[in-house]
Amino acid sequence: MVLRGTCRQVGDVSVVDFSGRITLGEGSAVLRRMVKDLVANGHSKIILNLEDVDYIDSSGIGELVVAHSAVETAKGELKLLNLTRRVRDIVQITRLFTIFDVQTDESSALRSFN
Amino acid sequence: MATTQSLEVTLETLIESIDLAENIVKRVAEASGFDEDDIHKIGMAVREGVINAYNYGNAQEREKKIVLTVEFEDEKMVVRITDEGPGFDLSQVPDPLAEENLLRTSGRGIFLIKAFMDEFSVQRGPKGGAEIVMSKKLPQRVSAPGRA
Repeated sequence: MVLRGTCRQVGDVSVVDFSGRITLGEGSAVLRRMVKDLVANGHSKIILNLEDVDYIDSSGIGELVVAHSAVETAKGELKLLNLTRRVRDIVQITRLFTIFDVQTDESSALRSFN
Repeated sequence: MATTQSLEVTLETLIESIDLAENIVKRVAEASGFDEDDIHKIGMAVREGVINAYNYGNAQEREKKIVLTVEFEDEKMVVRITDEGPGFDLSQVPDPLAEENLLRTSGRGIFLIKAFMDEFSVQRGPKGGAEIVMSKKLPQRVSAPGRA
Protein backbone atom coordinates (compact mmCIF):
# COMPACT_ATOMS: atom_id res chain seq x y z
CA MET A 1 0.00 0.00 0.00
CA VAL A 2 1.55 3.29 -1.12
CA LEU A 3 2.15 5.77 1.68
CA ARG A 4 -0.42 8.52 2.02
CA GLY A 5 -0.16 11.56 4.27
CA THR A 6 -2.65 14.24 5.20
CA CYS A 7 -1.67 17.31 7.14
CA ARG A 8 -3.77 19.16 9.70
CA GLN A 9 -3.04 22.04 12.02
CA VAL A 10 -3.66 21.90 15.74
CA GLY A 11 -2.80 25.38 16.89
CA ASP A 12 0.77 26.00 15.77
CA VAL A 13 1.52 22.28 15.46
CA SER A 14 1.39 20.47 12.11
CA VAL A 15 0.19 16.92 12.45
CA VAL A 16 0.76 14.64 9.47
CA ASP A 17 -1.34 11.48 9.53
CA PHE A 18 0.33 8.77 7.49
CA SER A 19 -1.06 5.46 6.32
CA GLY A 20 0.63 2.68 4.39
CA ARG A 21 4.24 1.60 4.17
CA ILE A 22 7.33 3.77 4.43
CA THR A 23 9.64 1.94 2.07
CA LEU A 24 12.21 2.59 -0.62
CA GLY A 25 10.67 4.47 -3.51
CA GLU A 26 7.40 6.36 -3.52
CA GLY A 27 6.67 5.78 0.18
CA SER A 28 9.87 7.36 1.37
CA ALA A 29 9.48 10.12 -1.19
CA VAL A 30 6.03 11.08 0.13
CA LEU A 31 7.40 11.45 3.65
CA ARG A 32 10.38 13.44 2.44
CA ARG A 33 8.27 15.84 0.35
CA MET A 34 5.72 16.51 3.06
CA VAL A 35 8.25 17.30 5.76
CA LYS A 36 10.34 19.38 3.36
CA ASP A 37 7.29 21.41 2.36
CA LEU A 38 6.30 22.00 5.97
CA VAL A 39 9.78 23.19 6.90
CA ALA A 40 9.99 25.37 3.79
CA ASN A 41 6.71 27.00 4.77
CA GLY A 42 7.99 27.84 8.21
CA HIS A 43 6.31 25.12 10.24
CA SER A 44 8.60 24.27 13.11
CA LYS A 45 6.42 22.04 15.28
CA ILE A 46 5.67 18.78 13.49
CA ILE A 47 4.12 15.51 14.60
CA LEU A 48 4.30 12.48 12.30
CA ASN A 49 1.38 10.26 13.25
CA LEU A 50 2.38 6.72 12.28
CA GLU A 51 -0.64 4.95 13.77
CA ASP A 52 -1.58 3.53 10.38
CA VAL A 53 1.94 2.72 9.22
CA ASP A 54 2.47 -0.97 9.69
CA TYR A 55 5.74 -1.35 7.85
CA ILE A 56 9.01 0.51 7.50
CA ASP A 57 12.24 -0.60 5.91
CA SER A 58 15.77 0.75 6.27
CA SER A 59 15.08 3.42 3.64
CA GLY A 60 12.01 4.54 5.56
CA ILE A 61 14.06 4.78 8.73
CA GLY A 62 16.57 6.81 6.79
CA GLU A 63 13.84 9.21 5.73
CA LEU A 64 12.73 9.64 9.33
CA VAL A 65 16.32 10.51 10.21
CA VAL A 66 16.43 13.00 7.33
CA ALA A 67 13.16 14.52 8.53
CA HIS A 68 14.46 14.78 12.06
CA SER A 69 17.67 16.46 10.93
CA ALA A 70 15.86 18.86 8.58
CA VAL A 71 13.48 20.03 11.28
CA GLU A 72 16.26 20.33 13.83
CA THR A 73 18.36 22.37 11.41
CA ALA A 74 15.40 24.71 11.02
CA LYS A 75 15.35 25.06 14.82
CA GLY A 76 12.10 23.14 15.03
CA GLU A 77 10.89 19.99 16.78
CA LEU A 78 9.72 16.74 15.23
CA LYS A 79 7.89 14.04 17.13
CA LEU A 80 6.76 10.56 16.16
CA LEU A 81 3.37 9.47 17.35
CA ASN A 82 1.66 6.10 17.87
CA LEU A 83 4.26 3.75 16.50
CA THR A 84 2.85 0.36 15.63
CA ARG A 85 4.58 -2.63 17.18
CA ARG A 86 6.62 -3.47 14.11
CA VAL A 87 7.76 0.10 13.52
CA ARG A 88 8.56 0.46 17.20
CA ASP A 89 10.66 -2.71 17.09
CA ILE A 90 12.73 -1.32 14.21
CA VAL A 91 13.22 2.03 15.94
CA GLN A 92 14.23 0.18 19.08
CA ILE A 93 16.75 -2.21 17.58
CA THR A 94 18.36 0.56 15.55
CA ARG A 95 18.77 2.62 18.75
CA LEU A 96 16.82 5.47 17.24
CA PHE A 97 14.78 5.90 20.40
CA THR A 98 17.80 7.90 21.53
CA ILE A 99 17.27 10.29 18.60
CA PHE A 100 13.53 10.43 18.00
CA ASP A 101 11.01 11.88 20.41
CA VAL A 102 8.35 9.16 20.38
CA GLN A 103 4.95 9.91 21.83
CA THR A 104 2.06 7.58 22.54
CA ASP A 105 -0.92 9.93 22.51
CA GLU A 106 -1.65 13.10 20.61
CA SER A 107 -2.62 15.30 23.56
CA SER A 108 0.65 14.64 25.33
CA ALA A 109 2.56 15.09 22.10
CA LEU A 110 0.95 18.48 21.51
CA ARG A 111 1.74 19.62 25.04
CA SER A 112 5.33 18.44 24.85
CA PHE A 113 6.58 21.09 22.44
CA ASN A 114 8.84 23.72 23.92
CA MET B 1 16.92 -40.39 -1.22
CA ALA B 2 15.70 -37.00 0.00
CA THR B 3 15.90 -34.19 -2.50
CA THR B 4 16.48 -30.53 -1.73
CA GLN B 5 13.59 -28.30 -2.74
CA SER B 6 14.64 -25.00 -4.20
CA LEU B 7 13.22 -22.04 -6.01
CA GLU B 8 15.24 -19.64 -8.13
CA VAL B 9 14.01 -16.34 -9.49
CA THR B 10 15.97 -13.91 -11.65
CA LEU B 11 14.92 -10.32 -11.11
CA GLU B 12 15.65 -7.16 -13.02
CA THR B 13 17.27 -4.35 -11.09
CA LEU B 14 14.07 -2.39 -10.59
CA ILE B 15 12.43 -1.00 -7.49
CA GLU B 16 9.43 -3.22 -8.21
CA SER B 17 11.68 -6.27 -7.82
CA ILE B 18 12.09 -5.47 -4.13
CA ASP B 19 8.40 -5.92 -3.34
CA LEU B 20 8.23 -8.94 -5.65
CA ALA B 21 11.12 -10.70 -3.93
CA GLU B 22 9.69 -9.97 -0.50
CA ASN B 23 6.25 -11.28 -1.46
CA ILE B 24 7.61 -14.44 -3.09
CA VAL B 25 9.68 -15.40 -0.08
CA LYS B 26 6.90 -14.54 2.37
CA ARG B 27 4.59 -16.92 0.54
CA VAL B 28 7.20 -19.66 0.66
CA ALA B 29 7.74 -18.98 4.35
CA GLU B 30 4.01 -19.16 5.00
CA ALA B 31 3.74 -22.46 3.14
CA SER B 32 6.65 -23.75 5.21
CA GLY B 33 4.76 -23.22 8.45
CA PHE B 34 6.45 -20.13 9.84
CA ASP B 35 4.27 -18.00 12.10
CA GLU B 36 3.22 -14.45 11.22
CA ASP B 37 6.05 -12.77 13.08
CA ASP B 38 8.71 -14.92 11.45
CA ILE B 39 7.14 -14.45 8.03
CA HIS B 40 7.37 -10.71 8.57
CA LYS B 41 11.00 -10.93 9.68
CA ILE B 42 11.97 -13.15 6.77
CA GLY B 43 10.20 -10.82 4.35
CA MET B 44 11.97 -7.80 5.81
CA ALA B 45 15.36 -9.49 5.67
CA VAL B 46 14.85 -10.45 2.03
CA ARG B 47 13.65 -6.95 1.28
CA GLU B 48 16.82 -5.48 2.78
CA GLY B 49 18.98 -7.96 0.91
CA VAL B 50 17.39 -7.08 -2.43
CA ILE B 51 17.61 -3.36 -1.64
CA ASN B 52 21.31 -3.91 -1.05
CA ALA B 53 21.67 -5.68 -4.39
CA TYR B 54 19.59 -3.02 -6.15
CA ASN B 55 21.28 0.06 -4.68
CA TYR B 56 24.84 -0.96 -3.93
CA GLY B 57 25.55 -4.16 -5.83
CA ASN B 58 23.94 -3.35 -9.15
CA ALA B 59 23.94 0.45 -8.69
CA GLN B 60 20.35 0.60 -9.98
CA GLU B 61 21.51 -0.50 -13.43
CA ARG B 62 18.49 -2.16 -14.98
CA GLU B 63 20.39 -4.51 -17.24
CA LYS B 64 22.06 -6.16 -14.28
CA LYS B 65 20.25 -9.05 -12.64
CA ILE B 66 19.50 -10.06 -9.09
CA VAL B 67 19.17 -13.79 -8.49
CA LEU B 68 17.00 -14.86 -5.57
CA THR B 69 17.18 -18.47 -4.42
CA VAL B 70 15.21 -20.16 -1.67
CA GLU B 71 16.30 -23.60 -0.54
CA PHE B 72 15.55 -25.98 2.27
CA GLU B 73 18.51 -27.74 3.81
CA ASP B 74 19.31 -29.15 7.24
CA GLU B 75 15.92 -28.14 8.66
CA LYS B 76 16.31 -24.51 7.73
CA MET B 77 15.17 -22.20 4.97
CA VAL B 78 18.09 -20.61 3.19
CA VAL B 79 17.76 -17.51 1.05
CA ARG B 80 20.52 -16.32 -1.26
CA ILE B 81 20.53 -12.99 -3.03
CA THR B 82 23.21 -12.50 -5.66
CA ASP B 83 24.02 -9.34 -7.56
CA GLU B 84 26.36 -8.51 -10.42
CA GLY B 85 28.31 -5.82 -8.66
CA PRO B 86 31.85 -5.63 -7.35
CA GLY B 87 31.13 -7.49 -4.12
CA PHE B 88 31.70 -6.07 -0.67
CA ASP B 89 33.59 -6.76 2.53
CA LEU B 90 31.21 -7.23 5.42
CA SER B 91 33.86 -6.10 7.89
CA GLN B 92 33.92 -2.69 6.20
CA VAL B 93 30.21 -2.01 6.70
CA PRO B 94 29.91 0.66 9.41
CA ASP B 95 28.08 -0.23 12.59
CA PRO B 96 24.78 1.67 12.45
CA LEU B 97 24.47 1.46 16.24
CA ALA B 98 27.69 3.35 16.84
CA GLU B 99 27.02 6.80 18.23
CA GLU B 100 28.68 8.54 15.29
CA ASN B 101 26.49 6.64 12.81
CA LEU B 102 23.06 7.02 14.39
CA LEU B 103 22.19 10.04 12.26
CA ARG B 104 23.31 8.44 9.03
CA THR B 105 20.51 8.25 6.52
CA SER B 106 21.51 4.81 5.24
CA GLY B 107 23.50 1.78 6.25
CA ARG B 108 21.03 -0.20 8.36
CA GLY B 109 20.02 -2.88 5.88
CA ILE B 110 22.69 -5.46 6.69
CA PHE B 111 22.17 -4.89 10.40
CA LEU B 112 18.43 -5.57 10.04
CA ILE B 113 19.06 -8.80 8.12
CA LYS B 114 21.31 -10.01 10.92
CA ALA B 115 18.71 -9.01 13.50
CA PHE B 116 15.88 -10.88 11.81
CA MET B 117 17.56 -14.05 10.59
CA ASP B 118 19.34 -16.86 12.42
CA GLU B 119 22.38 -16.90 10.16
CA PHE B 120 23.89 -14.42 7.76
CA SER B 121 26.99 -14.27 5.63
CA VAL B 122 28.31 -12.63 2.49
CA GLN B 123 30.41 -14.41 -0.09
CA ARG B 124 31.53 -13.94 -3.63
CA GLY B 125 28.82 -14.90 -6.12
CA PRO B 126 29.39 -17.29 -9.03
CA LYS B 127 29.92 -14.35 -11.40
CA GLY B 128 31.89 -12.22 -8.99
CA GLY B 129 29.16 -10.14 -7.41
CA ALA B 130 28.07 -10.31 -3.79
CA GLU B 131 26.01 -13.24 -2.62
CA ILE B 132 24.13 -12.59 0.60
CA VAL B 133 23.17 -15.82 2.35
CA MET B 134 20.64 -15.83 5.16
CA SER B 135 18.77 -18.62 6.88
CA LYS B 136 16.08 -19.29 9.43
CA LYS B 137 15.43 -22.55 11.25
CA LEU B 138 12.20 -24.17 10.14
CA PRO B 139 9.40 -24.37 12.71
CA GLN B 140 9.82 -27.56 14.72
CA ARG B 141 6.55 -29.15 13.71
CA VAL B 142 7.44 -28.94 10.02
CA SER B 143 10.14 -30.91 8.25
CA ALA B 144 11.78 -29.56 5.12
CA PRO B 145 9.41 -29.96 2.17
CA GLY B 146 10.04 -33.18 0.30
CA ARG B 147 11.45 -35.01 3.29
CA ALA B 148 9.72 -37.63 5.43
